Amino acid sequence: MKKYVKGLFFSLVVLMVVIVAGCSNGESADEGDTIKIGSMFELTGSAAAYGTSMNNAVSMAVDEINDAGGIDGRTIEIVEYDTKTDETEAASLTTRLGTRDQVSAIIGPATTGSMQAAIPNANNAEVPIMSPTATDDGVLTADDGSVHPYAWRTSFTNSFQGSALAQFANDELDASKAAILSDNSSDYAIGLTETFTKIFEGDIVAAENFSEGETDFSAVLTNIKDIDFDVLYVPGYYEEAGPIIKQAREMGIEQPILGPDGMGNEILRELAGAENMNEVYYTSHFVVTSEEPEVQEFVNNYQEEFGIEADMFTGLAYDSVYVIKEAIEEAGSADPQAVNEALANVTDFPGITGTFSFDEMHDPIKTVNIIEIQDNEEAGVYAIDPNF
Amino acid sequence: MDTFIQQLINGLSLGSVYALVALGYTMVYGIIKLLNFAHGDVYMVGAFIGYYIIANFNLGFVPTLVLTMLITGLIGVFIYQIAYRPLRNSTRIASLITAIGMSYLLQNGMIYIAGPQTRSFPQIIDNQMYSLGSIRISTMQILMLMTTIFLMIALQLIVQQTKFGKAMRAVSNDPEAAQLMGINSNQVISFTFFLGSMLAGAGGVLVGMYYNTITPTMGAGPGLKAFIAAVVGGIGSIPGAMLGGYLIGMIEVVISAFGNSMIRDAVVYLILIIILLVRPNGILGKHETEKV
Repeated sequence: MKKYVKGLFFSLVVLMVVIVAGCSNGESADEGDTIKIGSMFELTGSAAAYGTSMNNAVSMAVDEINDAGGIDGRTIEIVEYDTKTDETEAASLTTRLGTRDQVSAIIGPATTGSMQAAIPNANNAEVPIMSPTATDDGVLTADDGSVHPYAWRTSFTNSFQGSALAQFANDELDASKAAILSDNSSDYAIGLTETFTKIFEGDIVAAENFSEGETDFSAVLTNIKDIDFDVLYVPGYYEEAGPIIKQAREMGIEQPILGPDGMGNEILRELAGAENMNEVYYTSHFVVTSEEPEVQEFVNNYQEEFGIEADMFTGLAYDSVYVIKEAIEEAGSADPQAVNEALANVTDFPGITGTFSFDEMHDPIKTVNIIEIQDNEEAGVYAIDPNF
Repeated sequence: MDTFIQQLINGLSLGSVYALVALGYTMVYGIIKLLNFAHGDVYMVGAFIGYYIIANFNLGFVPTLVLTMLITGLIGVFIYQIAYRPLRNSTRIASLITAIGMSYLLQNGMIYIAGPQTRSFPQIIDNQMYSLGSIRISTMQILMLMTTIFLMIALQLIVQQTKFGKAMRAVSNDPEAAQLMGINSNQVISFTFFLGSMLAGAGGVLVGMYYNTITPTMGAGPGLKAFIAAVVGGIGSIPGAMLGGYLIGMIEVVISAFGNSMIRDAVVYLILIIILLVRPNGILGKHETEKV
């Protein structure tokens, strides 16, 4: 018995030594000449393609800030980790960044699943975590409906696009009758349909469905064709949207076709056929071809530095760094909790993916870009400032 | 009325695919009582073979179709020889499980070779639209219907008029008696797999051209529907598979068009259950009394 007590006492001492050492080891986030920012992305595994380019964009943004003199004279130091596209890894790295590395904020991860796994640990460590691309609606919301206090994102949500598309149909297309052809098997499409229906001011004259993987849409399209409508709304991915555009145009449906960011893929044009890509509109998180000087500067620099083209993932990751910089400046401190509070007050932040402010659910209220395709070419970009 | 005719055309196009695939199910079942669940994936393989032939050799429609059918047919024979033939004397559940395994092997093998992404099929037919009043029909739809009908007539001739066809019918009737009469049943079964897979390959190419999209998972949905078509028509019966294919295609279109697109698949499966309850042998299936 005595032996056990002695053993227990010994291990307690060891534990305390470790804890004390751990505390004195890491400086508190608000001291020193550097500000630490965590970057954790999917550098290996199934989402590595996105994760790597986003990690590139983060380090590029940080280099730019440091070259320009840092934040209030302090340089930024990135603490970089690989989540291996693994949710458990993302969760434990969050704790590591928050408690051991004592970063001021964490940028990443890219996927919705990893972000969901990371959030509870960010809350415990009281460090803000900013995912550039977790777009699913409920990611930042806790079970009781309140927002996770330390979770943020730079991309607009799936259903937000639905509202923006409805506003676009109301204001730009002057549509008074809409037909909806929705994917009934995905939450993505269901959310998009709900918000579109809510904001669209005209009548929904037809609501048809398909399921993922289908290729024959002739029956529903023949039905829709006989109805008088102004716009066809197709909330779905390019795999189905391509054949829908093809079959609709071949059938003689000439009305504009409207879709979400899931349509934004080069293969869409091949699937739909070049001659059918007319009057097609879809949302985009980041317009690479935009003529804004900041966007062009970023796109050129990125291409120069990494030898690959910038895309929406890189644009959102780049903005994530700058919005955190703004929050640190606003807070006048690199303390994670102060940064977190300052993020809530960010208004009209001029990012390359659009101007945005955060709402009470920590989602950005931002410009939604809608790309117009005519004759298989990008014919224009509409920037929709949400007023819903 | 015009809409109805238009929908009829849509149904016929979709039904052609189901019928072509259903024929393979029904022939194989008719001859060795095997539900070849890999058949839908053979159809997918056919689509990819057509894709690679056009992409690499830039052939026209007919040569592509013929070449694809031959290669897919040979793949079918190969599958039979390595996966089903060694199990011919085992329990039926053993070959059924093997068929399911084969299905996954083909699907994942194609994902490994070609990648999981959806790709577009090269267009070699100048797709024109013909209008008759408000009814529109495309070159591709006409081509699909004609090819299917041509292949079905050819199949019917082979089965009814040739020596091989006679042997097939004999093996299907009683494999052992046929063997005693000097028919090489393995050869006949191989030939049946060859014919069935050829038709599935043709279906794959036609679908690729018509819908302009192929993926390694494209076989699963139509494969299941074609299986239902074969059962509804009477599994083992060749005219039954054709009828079943067109029927399922029509039913799908009619439900989407005049009912609710949300419940389409549910209704198709409901019809399967009703047919099985009312006419377990299918519409054209023969009712055989169990011999003791």
